[in-house]
Amino acid sequence: MNLLELFKRRGSAPVARERLQVLLAYERRSRSQPDLVSILREEIMAVIAKHVQIDQDYLQVSMDRGQTMSTLEIDIQIPNKSAAPLAMSA
Amino acid sequence: MGKVVVVTSGKGGVGKTTSTAALGAAVAKTGKKVALVDFDVGLRNLDLIMGAERRVVFDLVNVIQGSAKLSQALIRDKRVETLFLLPASQTRDKDALTEEGVGEVIERLRSVFDYVFCDSPAGIERGAQLAMRFADEAVIVTNPEVSSVRDSDRIIGLLDARTLKAEQGEQIIKHVLVTRYDAARAARGEMLNIDDVLEILSTPLLGIIPESQDVLRASNLGSPVTLSEPLNSAARAYIDAAKRLEGEDLPVVVPFERKGFLDRLLGRRAA
Ligand SMILES: Nc1ncnc2c1ncn2[C@@H]1O[C@H](COP(=O)(O)OP(=O)(O)O)[C@@H](O)[C@H]1O
Ligand SMILES: [Mg+2]
Repeated sequence: MNLLELFKRRGSAPVARERLQVLLAYERRSRSQPDLVSILREEIMAVIAKHVQIDQDYLQVSMDRGQTMSTLEIDIQIPNKSAAPLAMSA
Repeated sequence: MGKVVVVTSGKGGVGKTTSTAALGAAVAKTGKKVALVDFDVGLRNLDLIMGAERRVVFDLVNVIQGSAKLSQALIRDKRVETLFLLPASQTRDKDALTEEGVGEVIERLRSVFDYVFCDSPAGIERGAQLAMRFADEAVIVTNPEVSSVRDSDRIIGLLDARTLKAEQGEQIIKHVLVTRYDAARAARGEMLNIDDVLEILSTPLLGIIPESQDVLRASNLGSPVTLSEPLNSAARAYIDAAKRLEGEDLPVVVPFERKGFLDRLLGRRAA
């Protein structure tokens, strides 16, 4: 019997249960308090905007919510030409 | 220019979300670029069925309101490179969608993707009407039982009256997808048979998806059944339906209750 069969025999319900636990823990929390991801994103954007002019196009935000830990990945491409400090371009 | 396909039904729980995921994944696996758009604002589930629920950062409402770019909100599938999901908002209500905003998003998706599948919310109200509004084609998901067929009939009426295509005097292309077909119960005469369903709805058949435990297992695992178990009977029926959607002329096989028997071929051709 291969691994896949073993897995099938055990059933997929435990996987479903774990996925739901992670998701619902997050959704219940965010019902009562504002979404942490969007707060972080906005504040990080504001900090960056203080120093460089950047278009939203150059920003990718990705996320992976885990049970005990989540990762928030923010990928900012700073075009060299607009990387000059705001004070100088103003 | 890509095709916009709404997956709709009127009635809830008939298999719209399951079918959107399974058909979309089957088409994407052939190399086509496919976007799945969840229109069930407030009650999204397509992310869960696609196994992307932990990766949602932005959603359709964010894009419409301008707080996120479309490219930021699209989640690329981890299994199929050409498959993307645009999630619905979980925290907003359906009034957050505007017709103008939805129209813009759909037009931009249409210019980038080969197929845009819109997973409709249940009902015949605003949310369902917005999901179908800009569609070129409709997959009407129907279970072989009276209330589902009746609701499908109402949805067909809306498709012919309230879509942009219809208002412009064109025809929206419609297909019936019968799902949760239980061959044993059909044999005992406990379910409407396929011919009756098609005759009542007078709409061509896209496919018949058998009731299958593997569909439940696929949603438990967060994978469209056409990806996780492509050899399963429901998956094969979805893969064939996807081919018909792309214009292939494949005969529809009515699921037969006894395994190992040659399935009866129906003379009917799908349109
Ligand atoms: N072919 C099938 N066999 C068994 N269960 C199915 C099948 N299609 C759908 N289901 C189940 O039916 C329920 C409703 O499906 P869903 O796709 O969420 O419907 P909708 O989006 O129309 O409300 C889900 O529990 C799903 O797993
Ligand atoms: Mg649904």
